[in-house]
Amino acid sequence: MSSSNSANVGIVIVSHSPKIAEGAADMVRQMVGSAVPLAWTGGDVDGGLGTNVAGILEAIEAAWSPAGVAVLVDLGGAETNSEMAVEMLAEDRRVRVVVCNAPVVEGAVIAATESSGGSSLAAVKRSAEEFYA
Amino acid sequence: MHDVNAGRAAEAFATLTASAVLVNPVGLHARPSVKLTQSAKGFAARIEFALAADGPWTDAKSPVKVMRVKAPQGATLHFRVTGPDGEAALAAMLALVRDGFGEA
Repeated sequence: MSSSNSANVGIVIVSHSPKIAEGAADMVRQMVGSAVPLAWTGGDVDGGLGTNVAGILEAIEAAWSPAGVAVLVDLGGAETNSEMAVEMLAEDRRVRVVVCNAPVVEGAVIAATESSGGSSLAAVKRSAEEFYA
Repeated sequence: MHDVNAGRAAEAFATLTASAVLVNPVGLHARPSVKLTQSAKGFAARIEFALAADGPWTDAKSPVKVMRVKAPQGATLHFRVTGPDGEAALAAMLALVRDGFGEA
């Protein structure tokens, strides 16, 4: 898990596999740089493959930015648990977190690239989702 | 982002064009695309590029669109720039390409 102080939109990577989540975060750091708050989470509470709401909440907290947070997820549970985590946030924060419909690795790099240029949360989400367009 | 006033302001600036050859061995792949996009986003000007002088034009500020061009080594990138900081933007784009995005 890592973060960076910045007013840019934060990026959270959620994968069933902690290795994928960490690797995707490494790619973001190497390709985009450190101008974007970034955090990752992966694995279930027992350390197996899966995702958990508490871990996702922690990651959102770690990557928090006043500009909001874009969450990139892989399969099924990653998405539903991320949505659950967003629902558990205080109302003023909830409206500033979005789960993107984008591939987790590519989406994270694209979202971070967009964010590093100072783009809004909506623009970051739109750009990440362009991958499926 | 693109409100009417911004559009009108852009019309007051001449469109600048120039080209540069991609020298880095892998061409405009992921990492150079990110660098190009990040640099482009630092300018207010509208920045587009194409593989031919007459287009089709790609928004240099869109990371997905830039990567989709898949421009190979040796390709000529034609830039078309319009805006208040157009000259600086064009110079920055050309420098990046000619410098092989720092990885040539």
